Amino acid sequence: MIKAILIFNNHGKPRLIRFYQYFAEDMQQQIIRETFHLVSKRDDNVCNFLEGGSLIGGSDYKLIYRHYATLYFVFCVDSSESELGILDLIQVSVIIVNVCFHVQVFVETLDKCFENVCELDLIFHMDKVHYILQEVVMGGMVLETNMNEIVAQVELQNRMEKSEGGLSAAPARAVSAVKNMNLPEIPRNINIGDINIKVPSLSPF
Amino acid sequence: MSDVVEKTLTALPALLALDSQPGAGKLSSTSRLRHLIRSITELTSKHEEEKLIKKELAAIKDQVSSPNTTMRQMRELMVRAMYCEMLGYEADFVYIHAIKLAQQGTVLEKRVGYLAVSLFLNENHELLLLLVNTVLKDLQSTNLIEVCMALTVVSQIFPKDMIPAILPLVEEKLSHPKEIIRRKAVLALYKFYLIAPNQVQHIHGKFRKALCDKDPGVMMSSLHIYLQMIKENPASYKDLTGSFVTILRQVVGGKLPLDFNYHSVPAPWLQIQLLRILSLLGREDQSMSELMYDVLDESLRRAEMNHNITYAILYECVKAIYTIHPKAELLEKAARCIGNFVLSPKINLKYLGLKALTYVVQHDANLALQHQMTIIECLDHSDLIIKRETLELLFRITNAQNVTIIVEKMLGFLRLCNDDYTIIDLVGKVAELAEKYAPDNEWFIQTMNVVFSLGGDLMQPDLPSNFLRLFADGSESEEQDRQLKLYAVDSYLAVLKGDCSHLPQRFLQVISWVLGEYSCLKEDVDQQEVIRLLKKLLEQRGVSSETRSWALSALTKLCKGPGYAELALELAESLSSSLDTVLRQQAHELCLLSQDSQLHARVLPHPAPSDNLEVDSSLSFLDGFVSDALAAGAAPYKPPHQRQEELSQQRALSLEPYGLSLPVTMSSCTLTDRQSPTFLSMSSDLSGNSTELSHRTGANTLMLEGVKRVWGKDGYIPQKEPSLTPAAVDEPSDVVQSPDQQGAAETSLPEPEPEPPQLDQEKQQLASSLFVGLGSQNSMSLLGKTEVAVPRFRRKARQHESASTSGTSESSSNSSHSSRSTTDSFLYGGLLEEEPATPIQNSYHTLKPTIANGSHDARQHSQMVSSTSENEGAATVSAKEDKQANSSQILGSDMVIVRPSKLAEESIVSQRNCSKSLPVAFPHSSDSMVLQLPSELQELPHSDVVSLTSDPHLSVSCCRVFREDALLLVLLLFNPTETALRDVAVELSCEELETASLRGNVMECLEGRKSSVCRYTLLMERPHTQVAFTGSVSYQTQPGHTHILPFSGKLSTADFIRPLMLNTEEYGKLWLSISNDVKQNLKLLTGGGDPLRATLNALKDSLQLHIVDIIGSEGIVACHLLRGGPCLMHCRVHGASLAVWLRSPLPSLPDCLLYHCQRALQEH
Repeated sequence: MIKAILIFNNHGKPRLIRFYQYFAEDMQQQIIRETFHLVSKRDDNVCNFLEGGSLIGGSDYKLIYRHYATLYFVFCVDSSESELGILDLIQVSVIIVNVCFHVQVFVETLDKCFENVCELDLIFHMDKVHYILQEVVMGGMVLETNMNEIVAQVELQNRMEKSEGGLSAAPARAVSAVKNMNLPEIPRNINIGDINIKVPSLSPF
Repeated sequence: MSDVVEKTLTALPALLALDSQPGAGKLSSTSRLRHLIRSITELTSKHEEEKLIKKELAAIKDQVSSPNTTMRQMRELMVRAMYCEMLGYEADFVYIHAIKLAQQGTVLEKRVGYLAVSLFLNENHELLLLLVNTVLKDLQSTNLIEVCMALTVVSQIFPKDMIPAILPLVEEKLSHPKEIIRRKAVLALYKFYLIAPNQVQHIHGKFRKALCDKDPGVMMSSLHIYLQMIKENPASYKDLTGSFVTILRQVVGGKLPLDFNYHSVPAPWLQIQLLRILSLLGREDQSMSELMYDVLDESLRRAEMNHNITYAILYECVKAIYTIHPKAELLEKAARCIGNFVLSPKINLKYLGLKALTYVVQHDANLALQHQMTIIECLDHSDLIIKRETLELLFRITNAQNVTIIVEKMLGFLRLCNDDYTIIDLVGKVAELAEKYAPDNEWFIQTMNVVFSLGGDLMQPDLPSNFLRLFADGSESEEQDRQLKLYAVDSYLAVLKGDCSHLPQRFLQVISWVLGEYSCLKEDVDQQEVIRLLKKLLEQRGVSSETRSWALSALTKLCKGPGYAELALELAESLSSSLDTVLRQQAHELCLLSQDSQLHARVLPHPAPSDNLEVDSSLSFLDGFVSDALAAGAAPYKPPHQRQEELSQQRALSLEPYGLSLPVTMSSCTLTDRQSPTFLSMSSDLSGNSTELSHRTGANTLMLEGVKRVWGKDGYIPQKEPSLTPAAVDEPSDVVQSPDQQGAAETSLPEPEPEPPQLDQEKQQLASSLFVGLGSQNSMSLLGKTEVAVPRFRRKARQHESASTSGTSESSSNSSHSSRSTTDSFLYGGLLEEEPATPIQNSYHTLKPTIANGSHDARQHSQMVSSTSENEGAATVSAKEDKQANSSQILGSDMVIVRPSKLAEESIVSQRNCSKSLPVAFPHSSDSMVLQLPSELQELPHSDVVSLTSDPHLSVSCCRVFREDALLLVLLLFNPTETALRDVAVELSCEELETASLRGNVMECLEGRKSSVCRYTLLMERPHTQVAFTGSVSYQTQPGHTHILPFSGKLSTADFIRPLMLNTEEYGKLWLSISNDVKQNLKLLTGGGDPLRATLNALKDSLQLHIVDIIGSEGIVACHLLRGGPCLMHCRVHGASLAVWLRSPLPSLPDCLLYHCQRALQEH
């Protein structure tokens, strides 16, 4: 089971935190801090697995992480998860986040160019990233690993959001009725605002 | 700008909020969040951030409570609150609004609301109850997205006791036309299974349907459930092995839609999951393993691509191959595969390769030999994780020949390591190796010195205590023992002479103890010198008061005779003003003891006795006191949780179903009340249970006031004084190198600094010293490593009852000198831990007082009837009669005499499915029909006779007789042949149950065509839903020709349930005294008559329950577990279902009982 997903940047600032097991608020912060401490002092050419911290589950738990340009993606899992499997799951999640934010059409072959993630996406769309993650991991279990399927689910939700722009005045019932309609794809504006951080595309390997 | 928009919006009435302006709203909301994020990124200090967030939270608080805030704004506020929470600032005021949003909003609002709820709240949060209705509503929605959201939130957080409310709806979703819904429903049910397994017992069939779902995604989610269930109980799912193999074969063969491919590997995660399941199913089971050889082989073959994910599959494959019943060909391939991992330049694969090696090395030590050079390289790897994994591997291959070098490597790693967890772990391992394989005393002591200095105060407390235990117990050879002690004293004196200000407290404590006990063994050392050193330690700054106390008690031991009176006086004087009371007391004792050498010899005999102290953990010596107090009118003891419960009962009387018929306070229950003995025994039973559960800890705290303090905060909390650590790293090497015996290890292991050309040679050398003893000639013995490993320090078998002459006084002295217990707690702690649990009584005669009372009661109720049954003779039978009469008096219906043996039959069937230990033949023929219960048992309620097993010479059947005080398992042996069997002996065992053989388990001869009966009484103390018993019959057909016929079967809790005879009033009292409770809805039987009465009667018939009373739509039922404890049920008709509320002092009994109730009602 996945116990927690932690995403923070190179300075340890949390960007997305999701616990699948209950920890008190201060404990959560302590876990984030300790995990960052453990992960940040590791070079990029060492292995992506860490074992045995004392916080989450003692000897049974592992940290599996990937470091992208400015972000660390850390999955805390117990022994029932496959190390390499989770490592690729992180990759899958990142690709999907990218696809959902930057491409409207499905990509048939999910190329290497989506293997990096933009920190700004996470900062400004924390809630949306949560929704995407919910389609990948549900309650600590891997729900779906089929990328097209996940993207389809997220698109379905996005569509209803877009439809809301023109329908906000309509009563709730109407909205829920309409959102199942097949609305045409409206090109979305990716407005990053005035903070412009160009993320260099580094290979995660 | 945003402020302006904000103001405009809030100023406008609700009309405007509903109306358009989406652009403005959006702008405002996004810019607010953006503003917040931007200002946070600009901040430099934590303090500023705190200030800013506080302000932000205040603003959010204002807005959420404003009635003018629109839903859309609320959504945005929620995201902001989430952001603050993520940074670690509590925003509890928005929780309720999150729930409201999920409740009232449109889909989009709901989505935010649900997300916020699942991020903010935990499973036990009280607000979560408010969400239940919303979830219910959304589960029934026609909108897919709403259903999805509801299922998602259910699997993230849902209160355990509300599961029954939504369970039917979630179950329904298993057959939803949309795959995504089915998939989520399966996972939601899995979540339920994890938190409340008994609630989803009945839908196992549906899980199977999910496994066969046409959508691979649904099937994949159902694997989560199966993996978990198979992990818990592989035996019951063996029949699915074939299906899993087929699925895996199809996946590997590329039969899935291309969608599922990931880097052109078909559904890799699915493969991983399946491989794990298969390895669990195939473990130690040859027939199952044979089914999967082919597919494993194919997986290995197919996974050739050079991508991460194929390696993930390969790794699982290899693990599976080494877990299941071995097949040489596959093992060979797997070994090659491991080689690829280990030799891979990719560090992640290397790591996994090492892990695989560690796993495999127990089976095949030669594999480690093959990769020795790689292992050596990994040992010097720059990645600490790799290094650690390598050490773990080395730990597994340690033997007496390579122990010095491996331990040296481990200590070298420890010196560099600063991760607490690793230190604790490794220190333990080094200590284990040192004790097991130490080549000589010097090495052992030196190694332990380093262990103590490095491990410091982080290490497990039992480590020093074991170490001291070793000294105290002594080994088998007197002389060796002496040597060890002398050497230890020597080395510790050397340590103390140096600078010891930086040594960990635990080490100092160990030193003090050893010096106190054994320094007198050494003749050439002046005792004055030892005393001087200890005194120095005592006065040293930075030494904790526990350590002081250890040192002081060592001094007390040493200060024998009048020569030391002056010193004692001086110490007492200086410590008399100490703030620490323990030290003050000890100083005072020292003062007295040093003046009276006779007393000294009695209190502190030399050598210290090593036999166990008798610890009366049940505190029976207080019995007299307690009964006096009770007689004088004191209230009986209640454990805290019970008191709490009663308090809350008193406060919330209206919620209590029996509140009206009861006296308002429990304290009004006096001893003169006729029923109180029952109650008393109950509460003592409770406390008895708790002491048994926490036997060790309880005993520890009771016995040793000081233990807590010794291992309290100072002991556990990692002391990260910066000045301390580096020094501690330096010091041990001094210690190690001071004497010269370390030479051997040193020469073979030069410091890793020399230049490259030499390096290779050194590695070779290192390899030869590391892997010595792992050669092929030795590999056989390695398989049974533990046998080969002759621990150097073989402990003496401890004699529990040995009346060691000097030992007798120890216990008394211990109780009178509480301070001693503080200092010597290492030892006593060790002793206590090894104290056996309270012996289990094996006689079935001892009835629980409750039972006795119950039947006694019953007898009073029905004296008239019992007089008629006097001639029945056997006491149990008459009690039974009483009970029958009693129950008939109340309900007008009689007991079932013969209970159908559904459960037993089922278990047999399931055994047949997975039969590998059993012979296949099940003679359901005339043989078993011939078998009859002995006539005296025919009278008692019993199950059908079921055949357990048979072979050509003998068939074994069993019958369960439900005796009042125990379950009687009657084994019927039948000899179908004409020849007599000799020396027939039956053995029966069951871990969970208390078994006692009555008669008939050994026979000299069983004639042809004759049967024999053998009886066992079984009692269950802890509830288990099902327990398995195993046994065997051995017999001889010809002299010297012994056959063994194994048999096994299952029993359920239901077999151990007996009615508990109570009247309503007693029931009410008992109900209040129990705090564990479980609530659940059961099916209500319809079909003629009063449904409640019908349901309860059905339950009574299939599980032996006692229906205490039925009033209107409520019924109360009582039963007890044989030897366990009572369980009370309160049932109330609630619509079409029966709401049941169970209470029992045994935490798992209600769950078990519910399970059987469900089954019983289903079968109806």
